[in-house]
Amino acid sequence: MTKKQIELSSQDVSFVEKPTNRARLVKAPEHFVSQELIADINANGLDENRRGFLRKGFLSAIGGAAAGLSAPMAFAAGEGDPAILEKQEWQTTLGKNVATMPYGVPSIYEANLIRRESPGLTRVSAASVAFTPLQGLFGTITPNGLHFERHHQGWYNLNPETHRLMVNGMVKNARVFTMNDLMRLPSVSRTHFIECGANTGLEWGNVAVPTVQYTHGMLSCCEFTGVPLKVLLEECGADLKKGKFLLAEGGDGSGMTRTINLDSCLEDTIVAWSMNGEMLRPENGFPLRLVVPGVQGVSWVKWLRRLEVGDMPWNAKDEAVHYIELMPDGTHRQYASIQECKSVITTPSGGQQLLDKGFYNVSGMAWSGRGKIRRVDVSFDGGNNWRQARLETPVLTKSITRFNIDWVWDGSPAILQSRAVDDTGYIQPSIKTLRNVRGTRSIYHNNAIQSWKLDSNGEVSNVQVG
Amino acid sequence: MYKLGKSIARLGLFSAALLAANLAYAQGTQGSAKFPGVGRNATPAEVAAWDIDVRPDFKGLPKGSGSVEQGQTIWEAKCASCHGIFGESNEIFTPITGGTTKDDVKTGRVASLADMKQPQRTTLMKVPTVSTLWDYIYRAMPWNAPRSLTPDETYALVAFILSIGEVVPDDFVLSNTNIAEVQAKMPNRNGMTRKHGFWNVKDKPDVNGSACMNNCVAFVQIGSTLPDFARDAHGNIADQNRLYGPYRGADTTKPPVAKLPGAAGEGLAHAKDTHANAPKGAAALFKNENCSACHAPNAKLVGPSIADIAAKYKDQSGAVDKLMAKVKNGGAGVWGSIPMPPQSQLSDADRKALVEWVLSGGK
Repeated sequence: MTKKQIELSSQDVSFVEKPTNRARLVKAPEHFVSQELIADINANGLDENRRGFLRKGFLSAIGGAAAGLSAPMAFAAGEGDPAILEKQEWQTTLGKNVATMPYGVPSIYEANLIRRESPGLTRVSAASVAFTPLQGLFGTITPNGLHFERHHQGWYNLNPETHRLMVNGMVKNARVFTMNDLMRLPSVSRTHFIECGANTGLEWGNVAVPTVQYTHGMLSCCEFTGVPLKVLLEECGADLKKGKFLLAEGGDGSGMTRTINLDSCLEDTIVAWSMNGEMLRPENGFPLRLVVPGVQGVSWVKWLRRLEVGDMPWNAKDEAVHYIELMPDGTHRQYASIQECKSVITTPSGGQQLLDKGFYNVSGMAWSGRGKIRRVDVSFDGGNNWRQARLETPVLTKSITRFNIDWVWDGSPAILQSRAVDDTGYIQPSIKTLRNVRGTRSIYHNNAIQSWKLDSNGEVSNVQVG
Repeated sequence: MYKLGKSIARLGLFSAALLAANLAYAQGTQGSAKFPGVGRNATPAEVAAWDIDVRPDFKGLPKGSGSVEQGQTIWEAKCASCHGIFGESNEIFTPITGGTTKDDVKTGRVASLADMKQPQRTTLMKVPTVSTLWDYIYRAMPWNAPRSLTPDETYALVAFILSIGEVVPDDFVLSNTNIAEVQAKMPNRNGMTRKHGFWNVKDKPDVNGSACMNNCVAFVQIGSTLPDFARDAHGNIADQNRLYGPYRGADTTKPPVAKLPGAAGEGLAHAKDTHANAPKGAAALFKNENCSACHAPNAKLVGPSIADIAAKYKDQSGAVDKLMAKVKNGGAGVWGSIPMPPQSQLSDADRKALVEWVLSGGK
């Protein structure tokens, strides 16, 4: 199926949308489409031929209603939608001044889409998590105000004028850089996802939380700007032959420390000051954080103040007590860092309520810490049959890729799943496959296929199959 | 490019020689051939102040010592309120102690990690290296006053924790000279593995999914769902989704809807419900209702300034009623020929608040 074939023309969209908005007055579109055609579209998507059938179906249905006059007319006495016929406040009065809000904020109608804590997950909010509302996001970029938060000892507004980055250890010269210094260096801007190693960690044993905000919301994706780590280390004369490990240390109260594996991460790690075109937000490490593409979020040390080159890992608290994975035999996997290929359908997703049957653009996110997304398949029957989704461009390495797939819902119960494949050939596994190897007590790195059950009443819920 | 780079580097050196008297600048160019003028060498005191990490081989560990007894005193004063008298508390953080045995000290493997009998993993069950305890306590504890402990206090606290876990005896004094011997007794010292596919991007993953496309499962079995009693455990999901568009949130304060709501979203909350949340108050109204498009605090714009209006109507009886009518119906001629458009969208209460606020001079 080519891209051209599956894109709806504006004409098609108007045909699809009209009945949906007027369901009380005109029957919903799926009533005009045969069950065979629904099955055909769900199996093969829309192409010219099938769109032709759709048009014909809608036209004859509308024509039939008008000709027969048996169905209630769309608008009594030739009137129409009050939203069109009546003048609205915003058409008849003066709008607001420029710079009424000198730093813009979302519409008041977006007030529900905010970061939220999961009740009972942690007992102190300074060492806790606030989840990104993935159920309301589009595309691939996370708005800065919605980037998930995870702090170990609270967050600060560090003074950028007194912030310093020290580079020491196995370097020719231990050096100090101010923000003035760092922001003069040659910078790169790259888009990467950041995912907490414990994302989806609540679901290892069973379904625990209702929505994608809580199952997958420790995930964000931004364009980061900063100086490549390699440039900084070479500038300081780092011994990169013997010094295979890097300690990154934060300036917060926890003095957050993580060991970075330079064998794996030297080439694409960034010492970043910017996210999405503005300076980092304080909750995300203003004025400096490490960006370690593909590696779990805990290693992206915030309020970064020190980098030390060394010849062995440090066994810091968050790599020897936490962020370790308990296996069935009682051993812990230590330094499990890579976020493996994963995907999730964000609309529709758990806790959502669909209004009606008919056409939906089912949409979600896919990402891999090992490279690019190669393909995403979607199942509507709990994993029995799969169809390939379309990937929206650009498809970037270690970044979120948006996928979409056409679906006509016939109103019967369904179980929606997505399954991503990355360019190493790795296929996102089922939760059963993961449990068979790692048991249920790992907490970290659950990249299982997510299942959303859609009931005939339109409500979507979180389920696990198998 | 190469030549240019070289000459810039030479220029940098030349400048450095010229300005050698300027210490800051001289430091700034030390070791920096590629980016002259960027960064400077750290002083030994600066490195010592920040480089406080302690590695598993005890590189970075300061000299010092502390006894279990001293540790207990500090613990009860500074640590017990969060972690419990014996480090057992689960109230605020996960427990520090518990779940380890004398046998674990011998084997270096915590048996309770495999037998699933321990309800929760404690720090001592997990931590393989004593350096980790030392580093983190010194670096980040107490929770609300990090970096306030001395090295000796840190030795004492580590000794106290290990004594509760029966890794060291009650009369033990931990120091930089015997800490390696203690490492050889850590209960979970042999409990970690790095043999997995997640430390290097080139490593091989431990599992892989299936590429099956059709007829992949004979019977789809739902293994787990959210129990009914947890329906609103995360609050009302309707309030966590858009109140418009195709994907609303289910109202989890109520049982699931009996049938599809239909395109009009019958029975669901709608976007207009949030509109009432716009900020109120006279100053906010003045801005949000765009009074400020024509009226400024002190300067005449299209209309008169707030100060001029307040001065004109000062101490006049009936001024509030008169201006409320003007705001509602509009008017012209008092301040010039440009008419003020009627502001009929305002409620009486909002109009009154605005007029009184203007008459007060915007205070």
